[in-house]
Amino acid sequence: MQSTAHDFKDNVGVALADANLQDSLAKLKVGFSERRREAAERLPEFEALRDCARDIKNHALENLDFYLEEFERKVTALGGHVHWAPTAEDARRIIAELCQSMGARTVAKSKSMVAEEIALNDHLESLGIAPIETDLGEYIIQLRHEPPSHIIAPAVHLTKDQVADTFFEHHRKLGFTRRLSERNDLVAEARHVLRQKFLDADVGLTGANFLVAETGSSMLVTNEGNADLSNTLPRMHIVLASIEKVIPTLEDAAVLLRVLARSATGQESSAYTTLNTGPKRPGDLDGPEHYHVVILDNGRSAVLGTEMQDMLRCIRCGACMNHCPVYGAIGGHAYGWVYPGPIGAVLTPQLIGVEEAANLPNASTFCGRCESVCPVRIPLPRLMRHWREREFERHLTPRAARQGLKLWSFIARRPRLYRALTALANRALSLFGRAEGRFHTLPLAGAWTRFRDFPAPPAGGTFHAQWSRRRP
Amino acid sequence: MTDAPNQANRAAILNGIRRSLHRGELVGAARQAVEARLAEPPHGPAVKRANLDQPAKVVLFCQWAEANNATVARVAPAEVPGEVAAYLARNNLPAQAAIAPSPQLAGYDWASQKMLSLRRGRGEATDQVSITGAFAGIAETGTLVMASGPEHPVTLNLLPDTHIAVLRESDIVGGYEEVWNRLRAGYGKDRLPRTVNTITGPSRTGDIEQTIELGAHGPRRVHIVVVRE
Repeated sequence: MQSTAHDFKDNVGVALADANLQDSLAKLKVGFSERRREAAERLPEFEALRDCARDIKNHALENLDFYLEEFERKVTALGGHVHWAPTAEDARRIIAELCQSMGARTVAKSKSMVAEEIALNDHLESLGIAPIETDLGEYIIQLRHEPPSHIIAPAVHLTKDQVADTFFEHHRKLGFTRRLSERNDLVAEARHVLRQKFLDADVGLTGANFLVAETGSSMLVTNEGNADLSNTLPRMHIVLASIEKVIPTLEDAAVLLRVLARSATGQESSAYTTLNTGPKRPGDLDGPEHYHVVILDNGRSAVLGTEMQDMLRCIRCGACMNHCPVYGAIGGHAYGWVYPGPIGAVLTPQLIGVEEAANLPNASTFCGRCESVCPVRIPLPRLMRHWREREFERHLTPRAARQGLKLWSFIARRPRLYRALTALANRALSLFGRAEGRFHTLPLAGAWTRFRDFPAPPAGGTFHAQWSRRRP
Repeated sequence: MTDAPNQANRAAILNGIRRSLHRGELVGAARQAVEARLAEPPHGPAVKRANLDQPAKVVLFCQWAEANNATVARVAPAEVPGEVAAYLARNNLPAQAAIAPSPQLAGYDWASQKMLSLRRGRGEATDQVSITGAFAGIAETGTLVMASGPEHPVTLNLLPDTHIAVLRESDIVGGYEEVWNRLRAGYGKDRLPRTVNTITGPSRTGDIEQTIELGAHGPRRVHIVVVRE
C-alpha cells in the first residue's frame, strides 16, 4: 500500500470535512468502547488476565527464535511447509509462486493486515491472479478500491447507504438488479455472491492471530466464518503471519483469547476461533491438501532489544483506536497507511520510516486512553514520545516549531523569567479581552482562533500568583 | 520448501532476532527453562465463573450459548432424533440434513423419525441443514468445540444455513484449558486434528454500521442439543 502518511495534515482536513465519515465515527465512539467496558466489568479476572497476557507476549519475544523454530518443526512434522520472508518483497514472491504452483486464477482471502502491509493484492493482480476479499468489510472496500480504515472493522468509515450504492453498482452485472436498503439484505446478498467465489477458489489465504509453537497451529479469530471457509474449501491454504505472532502454548492462547475479543468488540468470545494444524489427514472428507505458512519479518526483528520492543506485543484488537479521541475525529484513512490510530502512530514510523510518518506520533494529546485499554499494556504514549524525539533529533520538525520550542525551553528552565513573562502576558490578555471575555483573533495563535475563540484569562493573575495567595 | 533461498532467509531472520536480543542461539539453563515451560505450560489466572460442579457447568454452558444467539434443548438420548425433527418443523426448515458419519450419532434411533431424510458425509454447498456431534462444550462462554476428522468433516460446521450440534453433558467443561488437555489425551500431544473449530453462536458481522447481523458466511442458526446421560 502506497503511504500518504506524509500528507497527514491534508488528510485530516479532508476527513474533518467528510460528512459520511463523521456520521460513521459518531457511532464508533459509543459502540466499541461502551461494549468493551461492559465486557471487562463482567469478568472480575480481566485486569489479571491483561497482566498475564503482557507477560506471555514478553516471554515469547525474548525467546522468539526458539519458538519460531519449534513452530516450524511441528508444522513440518505434520506435512506442512514454513517459508521465511525477511522482506515484503520476499513474502509477495513466495505467495505468488505458491499460487502459480496450483495454477490458481482466484484466491479467497480472509482479512489480513499483514497482506495489506505487503501490498499483496496488487502484486497478485499484476500476475493475473484475482484476490477475493471475503470478510464483509474488506469485500466492500475492495469493490470501492479503498484501503481499510480500521484494523478489525475495515469499512467502519462507510454508512449503510454507501454500501448499498456500492453493491448496486457491482452486483447488477451478477443479476442483482434491486438497490437494497436493509442491512440484513445487504449481508445476505454478499453471502450469496461470495459463497460461489469460495467454492471456485484454488487457494485460500488467511492471516493468523497467533501461531502456537507447541502444536504448530495457526490460530484465527473471526465472527463471520470467512476465514474458516478460506482454509477448508480450496486445495491450498496459505497462512501469512509476522514473526511476533508466535506464542508458546495453547494455555497461553487461552489467556490471550480471553482479552482479545473483549478488548476488540466487547464480545465474551468471537463466533469462530480456529486452530489449523497442517494439511488434510488420511481419511478426512474435506480440508486443503497443501498447507503453507509464510513468516514475515519486514523490520520487526530490529525492534527487539530496543526501547521500542513493547510495540511487538500488539495483538491487533483495535481497542486503542476505538478509544482514541484523534482517531474518533479523523478516522483511519487520514493516517495514510495500513495501521491507523495510536498503534499505527507507533508501528508506521518503524515499518516505513520516521521521515515518511513523522506526523503520526504528533497526532496525540497523550491523554493515555489507548494505554489504559490495551490488553497487553503497550505504553503507547511513551512510544509515541520516543518517535517525537527521533523526529526532533533528525531535524524533521518545521523550523518555526523548533525555534519556538527552543525559546520555550529557555524560558521554562528559568522560573523567575517564566513568572515575569507569564504575568505580563496574563495581564495583557485580561486587559484586552475584558470586554468580551474571549478573542476572535490573536497574534501567533491563528491556527487556534481560526476554528474557535481563545478564552481571556479571568482576573486575579496567573495560576502561580493565585496559588501563592491562597496557600495558608 | 527446503530450498537454499528459504534456508538463507530462515537464517537471516533467526540471526537477526538473536543479534537484536544480544545473544546467540538459546543454550544451557536458558534453553532448559524455555523447554520446561513448553512441556508443562503454566496456566493463566483462573476464571472463577466456570469453576462449578458438573450440573452447574451444564447450566452455565446453556446460558452463555443462548446469550450468544444459539438455541439449546436439553433431552434424554432417546429423544435426540425427535428433538431434531421437531426443531426443523418449528423453524419451517426442510426435514432433510447432512449428518456427520460418526458412531456417536449413528447410535441414535433416527429411523424413529419417518419424515427425516439424512445424508451421511461432508457438507455441500446445497445443504440447508447439518447435524454433527461436538468434541466438547465450554461453559465459560457457551462455546462448542469441533475436532475435525473422518467422523467430523469441517464443512458441516460452516456451509449449511442451520447447524444442529449434539453435545453430551459429560463433554461440557469449564474453560479452554480443559479442552486442550482432552485434545492432547485424545489425539496425542504433538498431533492436533487438522482443524479445531470453536464456535460461539451463529456466524455474524458488524461490518455495516457496527450493527450485528447473523449469518455472514457460516450458519445463521446454531441449535445445540444437550444430551442428558
